[in-house]
Amino acid sequence: MSVDVALSRDGRRLHLHEGPIDLMIEAWGEANEIAAAHAQAIAAFDGLLTELAAELPLLRQPLVDVPPALNGSVAQRMAAACWPHRAAFITPMAAVAGAVADHVLAAMCRDRFLSKAYVNDGGDIAFHLSSGEQFTCGMVADLRAASIAGRIKLSADMPVRGIATSGAPTKGSGGRSFSLGIADAVTVLAESAAAADAAATIIANAVDLPDHPGIRRVPAWSLDPDSDLRGRLVTIDVPKLDASAVDRALRGGWEVADALRARGHIYGAVLALQGRFAISNAIERWLLAA
Amino acid sequence: MTAQSENDPRASTDTPSEAALAEAKAAPSNSGIIVCDACPVLCRIRPGNTGACDRYGNMDGRLTRLDAFVVTQRALDADGKLVPFLESAWDGSLVPGADTFVTGIGAGTTYPDYKPAPFIVSSTVEGVDMVTVVTEGIFSYCGVKTKIDTDRYIGPEQSAVRVEGEQVGHVTTAEYGSQMLSLGGVRHLTGGSKREGVATCETLLALCNKLPVEMTVDGGAKLVVQAGKPPVIDGVTENRMRVGCGSATIGIFAQQWQGHVDEVIVVDDHITGVLTEHQAGRFLDMRPSGIRVRGRRSTPGRYFQVANPGTGWGGTDIADPLTIIEKIAPKTAWPGLKLLMVSTTGEHSGYFILDDALVPRPAEIPPAVAKVVARIGENCEPALSTVLFMAGAGGSLRAGVTENPIGLTRSVRDALTRVTSGGAPVYIWPGGGITFMVDVAAMPDNSFGYVPTPAIVAPMEFTMRRASYDAMGGHVGHLRSLESVIGEHRVKAIAWSGSNPWPMTPIKGGAEK
Repeated sequence: MSVDVALSRDGRRLHLHEGPIDLMIEAWGEANEIAAAHAQAIAAFDGLLTELAAELPLLRQPLVDVPPALNGSVAQRMAAACWPHRAAFITPMAAVAGAVADHVLAAMCRDRFLSKAYVNDGGDIAFHLSSGEQFTCGMVADLRAASIAGRIKLSADMPVRGIATSGAPTKGSGGRSFSLGIADAVTVLAESAAAADAAATIIANAVDLPDHPGIRRVPAWSLDPDSDLRGRLVTIDVPKLDASAVDRALRGGWEVADALRARGHIYGAVLALQGRFAISNAIERWLLAA
Repeated sequence: MTAQSENDPRASTDTPSEAALAEAKAAPSNSGIIVCDACPVLCRIRPGNTGACDRYGNMDGRLTRLDAFVVTQRALDADGKLVPFLESAWDGSLVPGADTFVTGIGAGTTYPDYKPAPFIVSSTVEGVDMVTVVTEGIFSYCGVKTKIDTDRYIGPEQSAVRVEGEQVGHVTTAEYGSQMLSLGGVRHLTGGSKREGVATCETLLALCNKLPVEMTVDGGAKLVVQAGKPPVIDGVTENRMRVGCGSATIGIFAQQWQGHVDEVIVVDDHITGVLTEHQAGRFLDMRPSGIRVRGRRSTPGRYFQVANPGTGWGGTDIADPLTIIEKIAPKTAWPGLKLLMVSTTGEHSGYFILDDALVPRPAEIPPAVAKVVARIGENCEPALSTVLFMAGAGGSLRAGVTENPIGLTRSVRDALTRVTSGGAPVYIWPGGGITFMVDVAAMPDNSFGYVPTPAIVAPMEFTMRRASYDAMGGHVGHLRSLESVIGEHRVKAIAWSGSNPWPMTPIKGGAEK
């Protein structure tokens, strides 16, 4: 097995790692059920990256009018989650983190009795809630200076089982998580982590000031020769903007988010840029103070 | 292709579209790309970039584990001299038989779980059982003290130093031939806005990792500061650190000027020196020239505030040195008087002879005088920016070393425990706590990291005799042998910097078994 498996000291949290994927996993229930769930998660994760890598060339192609002929179940989840957004530029890679989280969560919950569980794939989170259970999820307003700016209460009666955040690259300089827009963070709630992941990407791309001269952009493949974004300009630096410019950029993203919400693709979104926020209507009532 | 050929059914279908051509032309060259084979993704990585995982990168054409856990090694020859490793050919694998010191770089941290440090390493050196506790400290209480060798005026004391518009520190004292900046500190890291904290953290991280940072001083200059490199002030690279203040320069070279010139004025923003009036000139029985400079006379031949601070001659704002001459006393001065004006680095100089009306006229500088001007330059050391990282390791970090944290503090105080950072020696401030300073230039490259709190992550090693470790209540149950630690798969070995003392040399004194 080529994956790294680590259990926290208290035995509650499981860390799985291979290549670029890091999963934090936690489950609630009887001890033997948790142990079995962990074993199922490990089994589902083992080989997952190899399977995904085999289909990378197809997964990096933009979605157009014919669904791609993908074999792997994670790959199919990725394409399905991105499919509603194909009118804009999108490749299945936009949902890779969320789709992995959904896949491992589904595997670990199968035939298990767990009151609740989550799989967190670098901030894109798939979760399971049985009746009456809830999670409180912290949100950050700036991925480069992560601190809790607000919290969302997620309860079993809500139609939400995935949450994802997209925006400014969180990785070290030279990382590969690129955005076409300028959002600091866009957090989306949806019925799955993959759906949330794809929508967060699209919304974050739409938080933009295309003609602002101070925003530095470079072709994606100058950073990553294999990027699915090819020669598209990705944002590498955003100067301090005045409040009206921030609001204009947020408005663009909010309109995309609200259209997705109206069509049922997402349940809500919170958009953050330089200390200002836009919140799609539906989730205001679930927000708690920080 | 044109609109016409687009509609032309006979046009070749192999002709690339204009967009495809443009895209192909815009594609950067693929030279220098390496393929990472650490996982099935097989990322292709451009020079200086990382793969999708951010754990591996292309460093100078070599696939490098970026979160490697660093050990340093040295090999001594029979005479005890350091044998150099062939850096260029060395791939970072361990050299068998070489002395090995485990650094905190990449070791990981235990914060905020107060549990034993990531590595508590036991080894035997010269027959003595030694323990090195290796960790990475996460410091909110930290900053850098930066010394910028320059006479140029960079801004008023106490002025804000800004990076990307955010205050990251301030100008503090002027020291001999240099200007000090105090950057970082807990108030900028966590006490201001989030953007201020991020800008401060990024500034400290870059400076500590020996990268250049552009900063501005309120009411002063724009600076580029990089550890071990000359400072760049308002776009001008500083080459020389001055030989001394104006008065000191007079003192050093007075004898060499005597007999070749009648008067020398060393122009300096702090203390301008006038040779014949100065103690040095008097001692040599030099005839007073009657040339009086502007400013406030401190003691004979030593003048303050002859001009405003600036980036001209000797850190003043003047471009024409004659402007600092207030008057030339006709009863004392004489036609034909030979006057040298020079800055404290010898970078600026002018030679004048008084005409019959006692007006200084530029003249060709005689070789004997030029030689002394050149000597001022020779005696100037290269101007550098130097960066000392300062942080407090006397807090919760100690719990990773011992169950009884005060035991570590006392052991450090009593010099029974040696503190190093990335293997480099540190200075421990007197008084409470373990507040230390370390020259980042003495540390391996990229020793520092950060967490988004924001705070700086720095390597720490505490080395002591096993007996001392037992005595302070150390986590002896977590001791691991050196061999087992360096067997870890992500270990990267680097060559020991010969200018640092070897940290594993047994410490004298303390409890003996």
